[in-house]
Amino acid sequence: MKTAVVTFPGSNCDRDMWMALREVSGRNPVKVWHGDADLPDGLDFIALPGGFSYGDYLRCGSMAANSAIMRSVVAAAGRGVPVLGVCNGFQILAESGLLPGALMRNAQLTFTCRTVGLRVENSQSLFTGAYDAGEEIRLPVAHHDGNYFADADTLDRLEGDGRVAFRYLEPVNGSQRDIAGLLNEAGNVLGMMPHPERAIEDAHGNTDGRRLFESAIGALSAA
Amino acid sequence: MKVRIHVSLKPGVLDPQGRAVHHALEGLGFTGVEDVRVGRLIELDVADGTSEDDIAQMCEKLLANTVIENYRIETTEAPKE
Repeated sequence: MKTAVVTFPGSNCDRDMWMALREVSGRNPVKVWHGDADLPDGLDFIALPGGFSYGDYLRCGSMAANSAIMRSVVAAAGRGVPVLGVCNGFQILAESGLLPGALMRNAQLTFTCRTVGLRVENSQSLFTGAYDAGEEIRLPVAHHDGNYFADADTLDRLEGDGRVAFRYLEPVNGSQRDIAGLLNEAGNVLGMMPHPERAIEDAHGNTDGRRLFESAIGALSAA
Repeated sequence: MKVRIHVSLKPGVLDPQGRAVHHALEGLGFTGVEDVRVGRLIELDVADGTSEDDIAQMCEKLLANTVIENYRIETTEAPKE
C-alpha cells in the first residue's frame, strides 16, 4: 500500500493527513512537494490536505490547481488512482475540474471551526464502505470557504447518481443541499470540507473519521 | 497595453459579501440601495498586440471561475508619448 500526501505552500493539515494514513495503512506515506512535476510511481492513494495553499490568493485552491504536481494528480485520477481532498484539498479538486461546482465564502461570512453532524449518504463508495447507509457521524470542520455551489441541474444529477457522500445535519456554511462531501463520476475522487484525519484516535476525542481511511485502505489492500 | 478584467458573480449566485455590505450601507443611513454585488478587478499589463482571445483564455483558465463568475475584458490602449 503506497500512499502519498501532497504539500503546497500554505498547507497545514499535511502532517495530520500523513499520520492518519500511516496509522491505518501501516506504512509511511510519501511526501510530495507541489513543485514536483511527477508523482512517485505505483501510488495507490493520493491525499490533498487542508490549509491555505498560496495564501488563498485569487480564489481558494485556484493557484494550487494550476501547480505542476496537480497536472500529474489529474492524470492519475483519470487512470483511476483514488484521490482524497479535504478542506483546501476539496477546493483544489473543484478548481482543477476533478469535481464539479465551486466552494464559495461561507454564507455567514465567518470562519467556522467546530465539530458538526454529518450523514453518510453513500456508504457504497471506496471511501465510505465501512460506514452504514444513512449513518450519522461527527467530524470537525475548520474553514472560511466551504459553501458548496453548483447549478440546480448539476445538483440533481449529483444526487441522482449517488455522488453526495456526506451531508451536513445542521447549517454550517450555506452549502447547496447541505453538501459536505462529493464523489466524482467514477467514484475514485472524494472531496469533503470536514476533516476525517482529525478524528482518528481516542486522543482526538472522536474516531468517526478513521473508518473513511479504513474503507479506502481496506478496499485497496483487498483488490 | 493595459487590460482590465472585471470579474463578477453570475446572476443567481448568492453573494453573502454583497449582502453584508448592503446591510452595512443601510446601517450608515444610506437608503434606496436596491442590491450590492462584490466583484474583483484585475489589471494586466500585456504586450501590445496580445489578442482578445489570449486574454479570454487567461480568464477561462485562471482569472475567473466560470462555474460561479462572469468576466468582462476592457482593453485600454497605452497613452501616446
